Amino acid sequence: MSASAVHSLWTTAVDPIAKIEAPKIEYGQLSPILIVIGAAVLGVLIEAFVPRRHRYHAQLFTASVALVSGFAAIVALAASGYATTRAGIAAMGAIAVDGPALFLQGTILLAALVGLFTFAERRLDPEAHGNRVDSFAAQAAAVPGSESEQKAVKAGFTTTEVFPLLMFAVAGMLVFPAANDLLTLFVALEVLSLPLYLLCALARRKRLLSQEAAVKYFLLGAFASAFTLFGIALVYGYAGSMSYGTIARVVDGTAPSVTPALAGTTANDALLLVGGALIVMGLLFKVGAVPFHMWTPDVYQGAPTPVTGFMAAATKVAAFGALLRLLYVVLPGLRWDWRPVMWGVAIVTMLAGAIVAITQTDIKRLLAYSSIAHAGFILAGVIAATPEGVSSVLFYLATYSFVTIGAFAVVTLVRDAGGEATHLSKWAGLGRRSPLVAGVFAVFLLAFAGIPLTSGFAGKFAVFKAAAQGGAVPLVIIGVLSSAIAAFFYIRVIVLMFFSEPRPEGPTVAVPSPLTMTAIAVGVVVTVVLGVAPQYFLDLAGQAGVFVR
Amino acid sequence: MNPVNYLYLAALLFTIGATGVLIRRNAIVVFMCVELMLNACNLAFVAFSRLHGNLDGQIIAFFTMVVAAAEVVVGLAIIVSLFRSRHSASVDDASLMKL
Repeated sequence: MSASAVHSLWTTAVDPIAKIEAPKIEYGQLSPILIVIGAAVLGVLIEAFVPRRHRYHAQLFTASVALVSGFAAIVALAASGYATTRAGIAAMGAIAVDGPALFLQGTILLAALVGLFTFAERRLDPEAHGNRVDSFAAQAAAVPGSESEQKAVKAGFTTTEVFPLLMFAVAGMLVFPAANDLLTLFVALEVLSLPLYLLCALARRKRLLSQEAAVKYFLLGAFASAFTLFGIALVYGYAGSMSYGTIARVVDGTAPSVTPALAGTTANDALLLVGGALIVMGLLFKVGAVPFHMWTPDVYQGAPTPVTGFMAAATKVAAFGALLRLLYVVLPGLRWDWRPVMWGVAIVTMLAGAIVAITQTDIKRLLAYSSIAHAGFILAGVIAATPEGVSSVLFYLATYSFVTIGAFAVVTLVRDAGGEATHLSKWAGLGRRSPLVAGVFAVFLLAFAGIPLTSGFAGKFAVFKAAAQGGAVPLVIIGVLSSAIAAFFYIRVIVLMFFSEPRPEGPTVAVPSPLTMTAIAVGVVVTVVLGVAPQYFLDLAGQAGVFVR
Repeated sequence: MNPVNYLYLAALLFTIGATGVLIRRNAIVVFMCVELMLNACNLAFVAFSRLHGNLDGQIIAFFTMVVAAAEVVVGLAIIVSLFRSRHSASVDDASLMKL
């Protein structure tokens, strides 16, 4: 037997392999994401090749140009109809380009730009050895209090790596609400989370607290994302596909072709129910809803305050976007299963956030619990399961993010010898010592409380109205009650600032550079404009309220 | 062999990992348990991929490995910096912030 004949025993001649078609990528529609990722990569190169003394300015310039041009790209896409008539799926089914995605991406980019300004602030801390310093550690690897740390401070090192980290996190956040398959969802979740874990560990003052916050956030975040991934595995097992559209059709029972294997797995509803619940759990962890909120107060308190502000605002926007798309595009067929669960989560979140916040004595922890309560209010809009529900959530997220960044920016200004004075007792009488700062903070607190003529009122009104129309009247009643509880502690801080005697050894208010001033001013302007004349923006969110499938 | 058995194994490994995260006190061990959970997910992906006869699940397993590697980089950096400043990697000792 010849060699070729033996060979033919275990091989068969096949047709020449068909050419693999190159994937079709719509670069224009993905340009906002690509610009931000490009800037992040450029930031890494700047860290590698630009001399240390030029890095800060180079990084700040790159990041702000990228965020502004990314926003311009979003506006251009929306103006050419991608939010409404030309909405579609891009990148071989991985990314959806539609109204909610563009609206949330625009919000994230603007919030990130404002957050970038607070990151770049260098006038709050006193100069160390003639070098201006920002909120971040001189050298993250140096042990706190050690000789190497003192050397790094003396040499004037700054952690300019925070800018590329910020841009990578923003890139993940841009993809997260637009992800149109489960794999993209998971990768975006990690791309946004990993830089945030690192940023949490980089505080200049109170470094032990900061490292502790990072460890807690990291371990719990990794734990939650493992659950998300197992949920994705189960849903993939149920539907035999990762694509949102295909899964939705399988769930509805309108799949075009059913293989025997698919018939076998779809007979087992446990796969879908458990899998869906695990994915939703991972997203609820990211938004900080009860009972997955345990990390929020510790991480918000320990992280550097600019990071806290950015994280509180932008992560929430991105995660609620992903949650909306998952519930409205993939699992509308399970509406009768997830609505009761989300009812429970929303009620517990609103009440627990508002009630526990009353007992807090640290301003950053207070704002953390307030953010938990706000997650509950936003969930009330999610539960509506109507287009009005979507647009009300979009509007609420836009109003909430700017108020949050502004409020945390004010927290960075109130300082004593140990850095930021975050204990509430130190804020007593701040209104007499520094009426402007206290007044601005009062505006933000009133917006959080949802007092009329602030953006918070317009947002709360929109979500509660949508929830009531969606048949969730008891939820709205509980929501209004917990708003009243929440208003109590916001007003208490205002009373503390304006109607109590300042303590002699109290904190001072630092005069910031135009960067932080811009961040705070944007917060105030958005709060007032969206509070007094919300209609244009409500219409904008209303037009953006339809998901593509 | 019936691929469903691999799913049972994946669920078992995942449960072991989750239990480890909840009961172990050393941050490194907790982190290893998270990695075990991710690998259990990979096994489930590959088993489902075989069951359905499409390759999606196997592709995702690669992505999961890359993500897990990135997580190791970030996680070890954070845990080591905590260990160097406290000389302890116990998650119970890290309790400067209280309710």
